[in-house]
Amino acid sequence: MGFIEILLVLVIVTDLALLGASRINSCIRFAAAQGILLGVLTLVSGAEGHTLRGIALAIVSAGVKGVLFPALMTRAIREARVRREIEPVVGYTTSVLVGVASLAVSLWISSRLPLVRPAASTLVVPTAFTTILVGLFLILSRKKALNQVTGYLVLENGIYSFGVALVEAPFLVELGVLLDVFVAVFVMGITIFHINRTFDRIDTDLLSSLKD
Amino acid sequence: MEQVLLGLAALVLSGLAALVLQRAAKLAALVATGGAVLGSAIALVPVLRALTGGEAPSLHAAWSVPYGSLSLELDALSALFAGIVLVLSPLAWIQGVGRLVALEGKRSLGPPLFFQNLLAASMVLVVIARNGVLFLLAWEVMFTASFFLVTFHDDDESVRDAGWTYLVATHLGTAFLFGLFVLLGAGSQSFDFDRLAAAPHTPVATGLAFVFALVGFGTKAGFVPLHSWLPGAYPAAPHHVTAVLSGAMSKMGIYGIARFLTLLGPPPAWWGWVLVGVGLTSGLFGIISALAQKDLKRFLGFSSIENVGVVALGLGVGVIGQATGHPVVAVMGHGGALLHVINHAMMKGLLFLSAGSIADATGTREMEKQGGLLKRMPRTGSAFLVGAVAISALPPLNGFASELLIYLGAAREATLGSTSTAVHGLAVIGALALMGGLAAAAFTRVSGAILLGEPRTDAVGRASEPSLLAGAPIFVLAAACLALGLGAQVVLEAIAPALSLVRASLGFATGPLAYVVVASCALLLLVALLATLRLALLSGRRVEAAGTWDCGYVRPTARIQYTASSFAQPLVELFSGALRTRRSTVLPAGIFPKEASHATETPDALTEEVYRPVFTAIRSALVRLHGLQGGRLQVYVLYIALTLLFLLIFQL
Amino acid sequence: MSPATLIPPILALVLAPFLLAIVNRTKAAFAGRRGQPWLQQYYDLAKLLRKGAVYSRTTTWVFRAGPIVSLAAVLVATAIVPLGGARAPLSFEGDIVLLAYLLGVVRFFTVLAALDTGSPFEGMGASREVQFSALAEPALLLGLAALARLTGKLSLSEIVATISGDPRATWFAEGPALVFVVVALAIVFLAENARIPVDDPNTHLELTMIHEVMVLDHGGVDLAFIEYGAALKLWVLGSIVVGLVLPVRTGAVLVDALVTVLGLGALAVATGAVESSMARLRLLRVPQLLVGAGAFSALALIFILMPR
Repeated sequence: MGFIEILLVLVIVTDLALLGASRINSCIRFAAAQGILLGVLTLVSGAEGHTLRGIALAIVSAGVKGVLFPALMTRAIREARVRREIEPVVGYTTSVLVGVASLAVSLWISSRLPLVRPAASTLVVPTAFTTILVGLFLILSRKKALNQVTGYLVLENGIYSFGVALVEAPFLVELGVLLDVFVAVFVMGITIFHINRTFDRIDTDLLSSLKD
Repeated sequence: MEQVLLGLAALVLSGLAALVLQRAAKLAALVATGGAVLGSAIALVPVLRALTGGEAPSLHAAWSVPYGSLSLELDALSALFAGIVLVLSPLAWIQGVGRLVALEGKRSLGPPLFFQNLLAASMVLVVIARNGVLFLLAWEVMFTASFFLVTFHDDDESVRDAGWTYLVATHLGTAFLFGLFVLLGAGSQSFDFDRLAAAPHTPVATGLAFVFALVGFGTKAGFVPLHSWLPGAYPAAPHHVTAVLSGAMSKMGIYGIARFLTLLGPPPAWWGWVLVGVGLTSGLFGIISALAQKDLKRFLGFSSIENVGVVALGLGVGVIGQATGHPVVAVMGHGGALLHVINHAMMKGLLFLSAGSIADATGTREMEKQGGLLKRMPRTGSAFLVGAVAISALPPLNGFASELLIYLGAAREATLGSTSTAVHGLAVIGALALMGGLAAAAFTRVSGAILLGEPRTDAVGRASEPSLLAGAPIFVLAAACLALGLGAQVVLEAIAPALSLVRASLGFATGPLAYVVVASCALLLLVALLATLRLALLSGRRVEAAGTWDCGYVRPTARIQYTASSFAQPLVELFSGALRTRRSTVLPAGIFPKEASHATETPDALTEEVYRPVFTAIRSALVRLHGLQGGRLQVYVLYIALTLLFLLIFQL
Repeated sequence: MSPATLIPPILALVLAPFLLAIVNRTKAAFAGRRGQPWLQQYYDLAKLLRKGAVYSRTTTWVFRAGPIVSLAAVLVATAIVPLGGARAPLSFEGDIVLLAYLLGVVRFFTVLAALDTGSPFEGMGASREVQFSALAEPALLLGLAALARLTGKLSLSEIVATISGDPRATWFAEGPALVFVVVALAIVFLAENARIPVDDPNTHLELTMIHEVMVLDHGGVDLAFIEYGAALKLWVLGSIVVGLVLPVRTGAVLVDALVTVLGLGALAVATGAVESSMARLRLLRVPQLLVGAGAFSALALIFILMPR
């Protein structure tokens, strides 16, 4: 039970907290906490941790995901005067159970996944998988655009933790994904304002009324 | 064996006599019920002997029917189930006498009296039959007798509907049983069970046979998703008949599965997974649906589905124990399952019989209309409470002992087994825990709604105790619940031969039960002590009567009480995903609102979502064939001629 | 059964009401008050035992039996729980199930007694009680199953003794799993004992209460039974939690027991602190908390069963 495991367990706990949280603000806070946790993880995991590049990566990713994005999103909430409740498609209780189930599935998958290089901890791959699944689930099951952005963020966190633990040059992967998410956040930010101005709400469901 | 057959003959002959004597209703009822008691008593002697380790009597005779033979055997497993039938059915018939005689002049009473006895006899024949053809014959007789009892009140349209559903569902199930015997007997000349067992089978064939058995027998037992006939048929039947349908007849399905599991040698592990899957869905779906019901008997019917689910969980644990080479787990799983079969027969019999008395006394099965009956019917009400505590699996009554055994088996899987075995055990533990909590919620709800508080209608307020004859069977069953709880260890040791497993492992199962008995006795002793203490403290002090604390409200009425629906609402809401509750609401409107109402109804979700659409589709497809049925004789003759011609050409 | 095994139940019977005093004093300290005397709970019980009784005309024997059966069931339950390394007198394979179902007996009869009054408030409380406990039950039993898997033992005394006897093999090797179990059991502890954030023992509005509203109509001796039973229940569930987080075993039974008692005191302080620092959850959120507890138990199991 090393430091890495504790970090990974905390990441899983934030996943579950994200699924159970009913306020957008707390959702954003959990996603931010997750980003910072992963930054610390980069430092302690053997692969990249002790090079200058690794330290830079850790600081940048923690800064962007733990501070910048949350700040942007909190601002968006304030500006758009969004209602704070999430209004999920799938209830919170069910969501948490889905989270636990996806952890079980991830553990099963990772136990049969052939790895090129042994990971820093047996927990890394399951955690990464769980985080990816939870991110996907958040995107699918939440109505508000902002929550979907959080979902993307969590998804990205999952991919990132995969990269840190396994890939030789996580920097490239990370940079690419980060860029995508960055674009996503901005596009969403702009869309939120527009949906909000048009409909007074930010439910993406309302977009379907635009067809034809 | 001859003695068993003698008992059965007494049952059937007294039934026939009742049919002849039906003009004199009281005499017919006396003859039939007396015959049932006598016949059951005669047959019970060898049954108990076989159960407690005596030799298994058997009988073989040739029979002219192809693949058939008159093979009978009374081994411990058969004896266990026969014992349930022979104890429960006479008690139920005794309770029913008054109910039937009250209908004198309105209905002919011969048929129900005859079919009651025939039902009991055929169930015993089912469990002692050792030939496929004989078994199916008994199975069909059992169905026919129960069908005519279910549709006894056939002037009611809902009863007719329930009857048809029962007919269709049962025959779909029986078709699988035909398939089962054909599959197993394909190579041999006879459907005798020992031949079926001895014939070589490929794993694929046994696997398919297992699925056929599960579907065929599961329909009778009421496993989800094969239960759709049950919520209709149970309320439709006369109250005392329902007690037997739930307590004994649904157990015939369990018997079939248990017999099948012993037939083909050690079962593979995946059977255990399937059984646990079935048990989990039946258990959870049953109890969640029960929570939303308002008809007392429909509620108890759904609770029966939950309990066969518990039995399936036990069998699943047992099978995994056998398959993974853990005899202790096998003994605990199978032992718990069989013990639960006995326990459930007693407590569900008790609940249905007392619910029947309550429905007779109040004229309604609707729990929202009842209330305060414990004051008006103290004996029946207390007996119902005993059943409610027992079926919620609370110590010191019997439900706890059997569930504890299943828990223990599952906990052993979870602690000692490999990862997959552990997951299996944990699924059982989680399911049982959730079902336990929900069952407690369901049974406090129904007890509170019908027995406690104030009566919600005048008719209920005037209810009174039934006659001693109708009351006696209920007390016998209530006493049985307590006895089976405190004597669980003894009962398990007695039914051990029925397990046909490693006896050395039995100690692991009886050991904890002995401790539970100690704890139960301690509990009862403490209750007595504290009651005495309370009496001693209160003696000489002022004990007054007053109104319930009403929060300062001046004119409380019985209608402000929390109803059964409001009690269950949070849980129903929580599980709304699995239920199809229909709501109709009229909101209060205006400054001086006059009318407002809210009504909910929860039909069986699976019937609504799956069966109804499917059968509607089949019906609309078959309607096109109406043209073939023109009604003219010539056309029919033509059909026959064409068929014959076709067969002739086919043979050439 | 050696005489030493009688130490845990005796300590429970004597000291259980004191836990409530600690909770109350902690809350008073947070609020800047001095709080009630340390022995107030005992004075209350003594006072209640001296009183007569008033019964509602609606009630039947169920109402009178409720407190008696509930207290009897808790008393049997106290014989099952160990105090750290000090074993309980009633200990056998599967006693964890008996413990859970004895608490079920308590609940069943409390709920029935509440419904017996015909009061809509008490019905409301009963309805909430059965809902929450149905959800707490899987969390409790799955949490205990996780411990059973971890230690390979099936009786509570042995489970706790194994964990406290060899913390290196349990806490160090299976830290995350144990943390999850403790969190789950702590939530069950708060929920089953009607504490914040699930229920507020000090609330004064019938509509918002759960446990307190169910016992509105009880008084005198009956109420004394109920209060004492509640204190014992707090002790029973608390000593399981403390037995896990305080893996101390000196070998001397009395010392072990006393250490756990001190731990229980600390747990009571923590309960008081939780109660002073957070509000009660909305009723609709409570099921989520309890399912969350179940999820934590499941997480613990997943970690324990994880292939490695």
